[in-house]
Amino acid sequence: MENPVLDVRGLSIALPKGADRTFAVEGLDLQVFPGKITCVVGESGSGKSLTARAAMGLLPPKVAPTSGQIMFEGRDLLTLKPDEMRQMRGQKISMIFQEPMTALNPLMTVGKQIDEILTVHTSLGGKARREKILALFDEVKLPNPKRIAAAYPHELSGGQRQRAMIAMALILDPKILVADEPTTALDVTTQAQILKLIAELQEKHKTGVLFITHDFGVVAEIADQIAVMQYGKLVEVGTADQILNAPKAEYTKALIGAVPSLTPRAARSGFGRRMLTVDGLNKYYKSGGGLFGKPTAFHAAKDVSFTLDRGETLGVVGESGSGKTTVARCLVRLLQPEEGKIDLDGIDLAGMTKRELKPYRNRVQMVFQDPYASLNPRRKVADILVEGPINLGKPAKEAHARARELLSLVGLDPKVAERYPHEFSGGQRQRIGLARALALEPEVLVADEPVSALDVSVQAQVLKLMDEIREKFGLSVVFITHDLRVAAQVCDKIIVMQRGVVVEAGKTADVFAAPSHDYTRELFASIPGREWSSAPEVTA
Amino acid sequence: MTDAAAATVPAPPKRFMFWRRFARNRSALVGLAFLFLVILLAAIAPVIYPADPFALVGRPMLPPLSGDFLFGTDTLGRDVAAGIAHGARTSLFIGVVATLVAVAFGTLMGGLAGYYGGWIDDLLMRVTEVFQTIPSFIFAILLVAIMTPSMESVVIAIAVVSWPPLARLVRAEFISLRNREFVQAQVLMGMPDWKVILIQILPNAISPIIVAGSLLIATAILTESALAFLGLGDPNIMSWGFQVGAGRTVLRRAWWICTYPGVAILLTVLAINLVGEGLNDALNPRLRERS
Repeated sequence: MENPVLDVRGLSIALPKGADRTFAVEGLDLQVFPGKITCVVGESGSGKSLTARAAMGLLPPKVAPTSGQIMFEGRDLLTLKPDEMRQMRGQKISMIFQEPMTALNPLMTVGKQIDEILTVHTSLGGKARREKILALFDEVKLPNPKRIAAAYPHELSGGQRQRAMIAMALILDPKILVADEPTTALDVTTQAQILKLIAELQEKHKTGVLFITHDFGVVAEIADQIAVMQYGKLVEVGTADQILNAPKAEYTKALIGAVPSLTPRAARSGFGRRMLTVDGLNKYYKSGGGLFGKPTAFHAAKDVSFTLDRGETLGVVGESGSGKTTVARCLVRLLQPEEGKIDLDGIDLAGMTKRELKPYRNRVQMVFQDPYASLNPRRKVADILVEGPINLGKPAKEAHARARELLSLVGLDPKVAERYPHEFSGGQRQRIGLARALALEPEVLVADEPVSALDVSVQAQVLKLMDEIREKFGLSVVFITHDLRVAAQVCDKIIVMQRGVVVEAGKTADVFAAPSHDYTRELFASIPGREWSSAPEVTA
Repeated sequence: MTDAAAATVPAPPKRFMFWRRFARNRSALVGLAFLFLVILLAAIAPVIYPADPFALVGRPMLPPLSGDFLFGTDTLGRDVAAGIAHGARTSLFIGVVATLVAVAFGTLMGGLAGYYGGWIDDLLMRVTEVFQTIPSFIFAILLVAIMTPSMESVVIAIAVVSWPPLARLVRAEFISLRNREFVQAQVLMGMPDWKVILIQILPNAISPIIVAGSLLIATAILTESALAFLGLGDPNIMSWGFQVGAGRTVLRRAWWICTYPGVAILLTVLAINLVGEGLNDALNPRLRERS
């Protein structure tokens, strides 16, 4: 094999005192080869991002490497002086970030920002610089490069911004590209395009890529080499084929086993009576206008209809802006739909006023996406769990006893009732959120991306818990997700939404086997690592 | 990943953390110490200077350290030091009460506007803007002049001109908090609005309110002094502003009459500002780390 272009040897990075562990990264050995993509995979807290930042010389203050080397072209990057490192960055090593909107300067046109790099690092004249930029924009497949160069970051879509970021990173033809979760903030169809683009470009330019991600699907899509990290240590390293199809370490096996399969789970039947009928639901958002102007309306949900039986799980699948969250919020009546019916077991909730709604509130409850924003940081867990029932007239003592039962039901020690939310991890918080919803004894549970903020192993546990609970209480679940893998494992039937419209609806197995709408097909084709997943099950 | 296991690391007690973070800011500690001195002075004023501070106790315009008079006497022979001690009571009382009224009213207006939005927000904010468009000090003078100068009218005037910025602050906090998921979770559990506002939102918005309120005390003390300086304070109550006003005509002959109460105002306001900043650091620790 060729010599590595970047060679990390025995790297340890110390965390400041008072952190949950002494070393963020401990004794890491890692190589990046020219023209190859090395993926570093790990869950949150594994030290994968700090590894990337160490290579860029961009560690946060108070976090410093204590031993080891990062060799590049015969020099140790860790010993370079700040201005030598600055020369390296951009010219020899460059980076793309997770969120292109925050990585680009909002007050400068995209073209100008890239031009600046050329001005600093090269002696090219104005015209040559411009030609180079436009040529590169063309190469990263940005439509109409001239227009893009003159645009400000907010005028571009997420995918276009990330393409511009990639152009910016590659403008000086660096030897190494460090990509820190570059597609995590993007929709799945855009993600597929960006991954393809990165793979093509690095092949053509013989760039060594250090690709940080938490997503095994993405890894399967593009990796040549894979390094798995846990708690700052390297668990396993090998070629993509070795790690993905014959992992040796237990941790790797567990991680891969936790990735939901794309084969829908066995169809269930024998659901109870009809719980929810949504018919012709329409929601508009009005904005602007001020005192005298005319507000503009945005049609967020158009004629959405579906039904849900007792014990059944309906998946609402779509990308950002598809209207899936709008539908969820209309169901729990955080939003008032303009038209349509939300028939809950014979009662139409859609047009009710706040007061009329009160006796029915508890019957439809919601589990939220962000485990950090969904619990009041100033309330104890016990208070969070009893507030709802007490409001509805349950005696306080009973509510507290029930809260403790619910905590053990969701797999937490009842003693944690006396703690505050900040003492819990994301997965634990999501369990508390689930317990809060259950405290009201709902019939329909609306779950808005309940696991998308969680690590994959935690995600698997929470999904399993939700399934047990649905079974136990005979709940009907509306499950909002952008992740088709999760949808395949959780939902009995799904509806696919695009720009506020339901483009496809059907039993999960049918939709997965033979998607009929173009958009659904595109979604499926974009799932990262679908070929790897549809291969026969590996050791799980 | 042992996610199901309960969190085992106990968090340090909250109050302790708060004090430690506050104490990290040295100047805030100095401010706090000085503020304690002022409060102490206000508390023991009737003991150390039992006589009426308006009483004519010596020859006019005695310089500092002559006889019993630490800071000398003023144009009519009143004890400047006694005036400062009694004036501390006035300044602190008016500063605190006017601020409490302004904070309560501003929080109410801002809270309702921020939580309900829509036409309620429009209405309340337009009202707030009306108050903000009038220069606040001139407005305060006008109010006191209309209501005739007294302790109450000064408190009311200061409160009336001080609440709008607070209302805007609270409104902004409420707008950002009302769409948080934990608030929405309570809404869809059928929690009544007043409970959502008091239990869920307000405790999360309290830090900026405390910080703004503490700084408002300093402004209120300045406004009170300025009103008293113009002769619009309560004529029966000694205050620092009144002392400065009374001595201004003889500033070149008897500098001490204006200077000592002036320094008292300066140091007290400075101390309160320092404490306010310390509170800000302690209550919003993340902002501090970033700087």
